Amino acid sequence: MKKTLNYRIRVSPAKKNRFSSPLWRDKGLAARALEDMQALTVQLGRLVGQRPLGRHLQRIAGRLGKTINIMEVCGTHTMAIASSGMRRLFPAGLKMLSGPGCPVCVTSQGDIDRVLALAARPEVTLATFGDMLKVKGSSGFDLNRMRENGSDIRVVYSPLDALAYARSNPLRQVVFVGVGFETTAPLIAASVLRAREGKIANFSVIPLFKLVPPALKLLLSDPKNDISGFLLPGHVSAIIGVRPYQFVAREYNVPCVVTGFEPLDILAGINMLLRQMVRGRAEVEDEYSRVVKKNGNPTALRLMAKVFNPADASWRAIGKVKKSGLCLNADYLSFDAIRRFKIVYKEAPEPSGCLCGAILMGKAQPPACRLFAKSCTPSSAVGPCMVSSEGACAAWYKYGG
Amino acid sequence: MKTKLPEKITLAHGGGGRLTRELIELLFLKNFSNPALARLEDSAEVPLGRERAAFTTDSYVVSPLEFPGADIGRIAVCGTINDLAVKGAVPLAISAGFIIEEGFSTGRLAKIVRSMKSAAAEAGVPIVTGDTKVVEKGHADGLFINTSGIGRIPEGVNLTCEKIKPGDAVIVSGNLGDHGVAVMNARNALGLSDSVKSDGAPLNLMIAGILKAAPGSVKLMRDLTRGGLATALCEISQACGLSVELEETAIPVARATDNACRMLGLDPLYVANEGKVVIFAAAAGVAKILSNLKKSKYGRKAAVAGRVIKDAKPQVRLNTAIGGSRMILPLEGEQLPRIC
Repeated sequence: MKKTLNYRIRVSPAKKNRFSSPLWRDKGLAARALEDMQALTVQLGRLVGQRPLGRHLQRIAGRLGKTINIMEVCGTHTMAIASSGMRRLFPAGLKMLSGPGCPVCVTSQGDIDRVLALAARPEVTLATFGDMLKVKGSSGFDLNRMRENGSDIRVVYSPLDALAYARSNPLRQVVFVGVGFETTAPLIAASVLRAREGKIANFSVIPLFKLVPPALKLLLSDPKNDISGFLLPGHVSAIIGVRPYQFVAREYNVPCVVTGFEPLDILAGINMLLRQMVRGRAEVEDEYSRVVKKNGNPTALRLMAKVFNPADASWRAIGKVKKSGLCLNADYLSFDAIRRFKIVYKEAPEPSGCLCGAILMGKAQPPACRLFAKSCTPSSAVGPCMVSSEGACAAWYKYGG
Repeated sequence: MKTKLPEKITLAHGGGGRLTRELIELLFLKNFSNPALARLEDSAEVPLGRERAAFTTDSYVVSPLEFPGADIGRIAVCGTINDLAVKGAVPLAISAGFIIEEGFSTGRLAKIVRSMKSAAAEAGVPIVTGDTKVVEKGHADGLFINTSGIGRIPEGVNLTCEKIKPGDAVIVSGNLGDHGVAVMNARNALGLSDSVKSDGAPLNLMIAGILKAAPGSVKLMRDLTRGGLATALCEISQACGLSVELEETAIPVARATDNACRMLGLDPLYVANEGKVVIFAAAAGVAKILSNLKKSKYGRKAAVAGRVIKDAKPQVRLNTAIGGSRMILPLEGEQLPRIC
């Protein structure tokens, strides 16, 4: 058996180099990681092909098929994989699936319609991250179009900018679009706390947050899914730590690796997954330990707990999932824009022909959609996976498969 | 796919990407149709007796008006001078038209005008004519400036995409993306330190230097503004029917700009510049061109970023740092910062 090489990047103790080591893009190290990946894939193929199956493999055997399907559950991973062109270097038999990792993409059509309904109100200044501007509502309108037609819509880089705008424009109702995962939620919690402290009554938030662990559960509880391993999101894990993922390994026997975003992080993360599979193990490992701590970021978690409660959330093409999102808790309910403006939720159908739902669930890759790169392109997108810069379709379109 | 004019103009039509191009082709080119315009180069070539003149115009609507490294005045002068220079022309004179919003501070205007004066003096190009209009409060965002310029194309200089051949080098004159990041930082108070400064600079003297040092080697040049290197290369690749292969590790990007781009989810290849040029040159002239670029303070970080190759179908590809490769497409609309 080929001895596996240890190419994991040692981080220099000098703190200032922690985030910018040139080694993370080193071609030689990448070549070694890819050699490893090739060897591990071949080895795993041999092990899985053996009859009777080795005893040590039985625990995870149910998840190992002809191809090894590794799912990344973060839009930033999707983009990093596409922009580094690594997919073309992967061994045959190893497939990367994009999961529900792009916050704009997983937002249900009905929720998008609610955002548009709020933007249409004359007293409202809608503050949003740029990604939302081009997502179409079921009427075919997007925020860009509404802005051209006179709605007051502002792109901000932080919810605190929206809060500052509210403070200096007391006659406007400033509504921040709270779309995002556990990475975005703490900052929005902080802005709500500041709004309360500063008695800024004309600020509110549309709480459309989603949580990653329930999304994983959703993926795994679908019997048609054959995910062999998860590359877990580094940024989200920096907030929530590694513990919330334990159930994936324990209950579903699927290996997990929390992974960083440099190309070599991703190669290393995939190889750690493959090694778990070869050994017949399913654990939660941390490749991104230079950032992710076991217990996450306690300050951020405290902020979230202070302002939010777990709540049911609507996912694109899936529907309502219990406790898969966050809402403002009783103390801060007055900052909920949906309540303040009494916007009702209406189920809305997916754009016709759009495969976003299947792509988000790892059941299809973008080129399988008949609209892909034909009637659906980044400048005239049908579904959100093509709109958001982190969407799987946008990544495939921009960088090629 | 058939494209037709949109019902309304969106901000993306001014983003310098594919939509801008579509608007130009479907509306302006169709109506103004003539051979000089049809080339859609940075400046047009017009015969002037026995001489050839280069002629160009550009409007500046940047917000904020001042940002680290430059201001609207400096880039208005430099942009037009650079559009002439990349055509191989010696800029002779430029104009300056001002659209000023009622109530605009005269002191601020004076500061911007002085900045134009110093940029023009540095380039050695006089501002010979101008225009002043004031509009009611609310009808313009402080100050808009238009500049036009005229230059003389020396005999023997003829830079066209038809000259590009497989094996030619693609040279970038310095670090990419600084201007776009500096403006975005100033506009949105991103809280980045001021270490990223706009690269707004007149390049005519630097370019004249390389044309003199390596006559005949330079095939084509482009001023890299909105849409960045990626969009410029895609357009050139389509025009000459050849592919461009870039090496990710060879493309010069300053560390601070790279970090800011990663934080914002931007790709420095698409971010705007105001003092950078891409040069397509025969391999034989590369050493001379590089050493000449490096003599100028605006070309110190110049580097060969890629080369021209022949493919079944013209495209721009990037060989990534880890040994992969990917496609480069033109900018679609505006570059938007990402969400998480």
